[in-house]
Amino acid sequence: MTLSLVLLFLVMVSKAQKDVTPSGSNQPIPTPASEKDSCLECHKEMGDQLAAPVTAMEEDVHKKRGLSCANCHGGDPTSDDPTLAMSPAKGFIARPKPVEVARFCGKCHSDAEFMKRFNPAQRVDQETEYNSSVHGKRIKQGDAKPATCISCHGAHGIREVNNPNAPVFALNVAQTCGQCHANAEYMKSYGIPTDQLHKYNQSVHAEALIKKQDLSAPTCNDCHGNHGAAPPGVASVSNVCGTCHARQAELFDKSPHKTPFEAADMAGCVVCHQNHQILTPADNMLGVGEKSVCTSCHTEDAGFQGSQKMGELIVGLNHHINQTEDLLNRVAITGMEVSRPMFDLKEARDKLINARVLIHNFSPSAIETAVNQGMDISKKANQAGQDALSELQFRRKGLAASLIIILLAVAAIYLKIRQVERRAL
Amino acid sequence: MNMSTIADWVNDRAGLAPLKELAQKKEVPLHRHSLWYYFGGMTLFLFFIQVGTGILLLLYYRPSAENAFESVQFIMTEVQFGWLIRSIHSWSANLMIATMFIHMFSAFLMKAYRPPREFTWISGSLLLVIVLAFGFSGYLLPWNKLAFFATKVGTDIAGVVPGIGDFLLRFLRGGDEVTGATLTRFFGFHVAVLPALITAILFIHLLLVQRQGMSVPPSLEGKALKKMKFVPNFLLRDLMGWLIALGALAALSAIFPWELGEKADPFASAPAGIKPEWFFMFMFQTLKFIPAKIGPIDGEVLGVLAFGAGGLFWFLVPFLDRKTAQGKPSRGFTVIGIILLVYIVGMTIIGYTQ
Repeated sequence: MTLSLVLLFLVMVSKAQKDVTPSGSNQPIPTPASEKDSCLECHKEMGDQLAAPVTAMEEDVHKKRGLSCANCHGGDPTSDDPTLAMSPAKGFIARPKPVEVARFCGKCHSDAEFMKRFNPAQRVDQETEYNSSVHGKRIKQGDAKPATCISCHGAHGIREVNNPNAPVFALNVAQTCGQCHANAEYMKSYGIPTDQLHKYNQSVHAEALIKKQDLSAPTCNDCHGNHGAAPPGVASVSNVCGTCHARQAELFDKSPHKTPFEAADMAGCVVCHQNHQILTPADNMLGVGEKSVCTSCHTEDAGFQGSQKMGELIVGLNHHINQTEDLLNRVAITGMEVSRPMFDLKEARDKLINARVLIHNFSPSAIETAVNQGMDISKKANQAGQDALSELQFRRKGLAASLIIILLAVAAIYLKIRQVERRAL
Repeated sequence: MNMSTIADWVNDRAGLAPLKELAQKKEVPLHRHSLWYYFGGMTLFLFFIQVGTGILLLLYYRPSAENAFESVQFIMTEVQFGWLIRSIHSWSANLMIATMFIHMFSAFLMKAYRPPREFTWISGSLLLVIVLAFGFSGYLLPWNKLAFFATKVGTDIAGVVPGIGDFLLRFLRGGDEVTGATLTRFFGFHVAVLPALITAILFIHLLLVQRQGMSVPPSLEGKALKKMKFVPNFLLRDLMGWLIALGALAALSAIFPWELGEKADPFASAPAGIKPEWFFMFMFQTLKFIPAKIGPIDGEVLGVLAFGAGGLFWFLVPFLDRKTAQGKPSRGFTVIGIILLVYIVGMTIIGYTQ
């Protein structure tokens, strides 16, 4: 009987160990979080720096999933003897070196079998990705400064990516990357700019993401990748932008600019829109004015004339739609019913947006066709506004005429009353 | 064939002589409160405007959630003078309710409900209820955002009536929510049920007025008062008033056309500061002031019950005001009337300024 109980206990312990042991790990992790944990017990008592990881772990995603110190650091948490508990023979690693960090986390995070138990959709390619990144390559070359997993995710107190307090939550990513990339002193040895964060914060993307809290707007990792972070090469820029701006990318790929840009080592979209400081596109980027981006390459050639024409067409339609909108708003204030032309005008604006997108094909004739469609709608809406104004004048005149007739009738009745009552006297 | 020959011909067949006699005999007493007599006729005139413009609107209006808004839009933009007819219908409805309130309060304060005019008062009270129902049902018909949510709030209030609330809410909405079924139902009330009721009760009301003649305030009763012949003297004055009302309607419609707003969207959230029509505002505002709970009872339920009791009191005034019935001064009911008037006006102003 006693022997059976001992055997049952051993089976249960070994099953519990298996539940939290990554299949690829050479060092089995002995202690499930629910059992004795001398790491927590001792470190709590130690105070200051040595107790800090215990406090931080309270919010940690690993702890919430039932893992504890030994699951990452190894050792024997069932022993109260520090020498045994932190014995290298039991797989204890106190603090992995930067070059070891990716493997340290990858023990579990690269193990598909193991990760599936926590989240069946969890990616397990982070370590491979990291090794392909600029950060990972430099670390392997013996540079201790580039980012490792803990630089972005933290060491203890790691939060899930969709936790707004996580440094890798979309709204916080730029600041997290900026900790190193905006630090001129830290980045000095690499000879790359450190103004990316400043420029990004001025961009249309930052405005959407940070000001408007639109989590679908891009931040650093959407263009550079996260674990495999690297600057996109010239050839892949339009692919990177094209993941969101698909139509523009498709038009650009068929445009006459694609081949000469690549030949001249000019990174597609970046040539006109910049990379980090991507401002809200404006119509004056077209044409031949001061802010035109076309004239930086095209001077007095067919491209110059095309840019001039496209600029005039787009600006002209925008101006006409704005004028029509003003007119309809003025008419609406008078109480005239113009909701239908106002609705139609939205379609004209859609056509304008379409024409602005078509710019990426750099074909003045295609722009002209699109602009003309919008212009026709806008002209009809404008005419409806003018008609409503004429109708308003007609109503006012009609009202004046009606009131005169009514007044005359009232006066006639008044005279009739006087006549009737005088006769009665 | 001259006019008198035609009149004789009609008279021989229709027997109109008693009507002619009534018209010749009918007189209106003249005193310092005679002005108030005009508001009954004015309400009647505006009612006929409603009937006329309503029939014209029916030619184009389509009562379904898919088409109602667009059909009113079509009336206002495409139909010749459709904008004018729709604006007049809306303005006249509101003016009619205003003149009806004036007519009712003048009748109350002049104690016109005292015997033998109890039935006239009761039929008038019923007419007010019907006209308010006209206003409530008609407001939804353009199927715009404001009307949609006002109807939602209004029918919610009907839903808290103890005992029959659930039934009433489902009966009014034609389901649990305000939908196209509610619109079709309100249309049926607005153009069939309510017109039939109002025609019958209005006939009784007018018949009683003709039978009993004009009431004079109790303080003037028995005194030798000057009188004016109804035909033509008073009628011509009525006609002047009606023409002026017509001018006012034309001016309001041309200068402030009745807005159509945005099409109702049942999935959109309610717009901020939603308010009922002005003639329901005093009740709405009162319900807002009542605390959520008064003892164990819901404040809203208590409010609705209080308005029900108030309505019943108003309805039964001829039988409750015994002093007036006995020919004695009844200062208490005059004070009640004035307090009620001040309350309605005050709450309406607060409702619009808050």
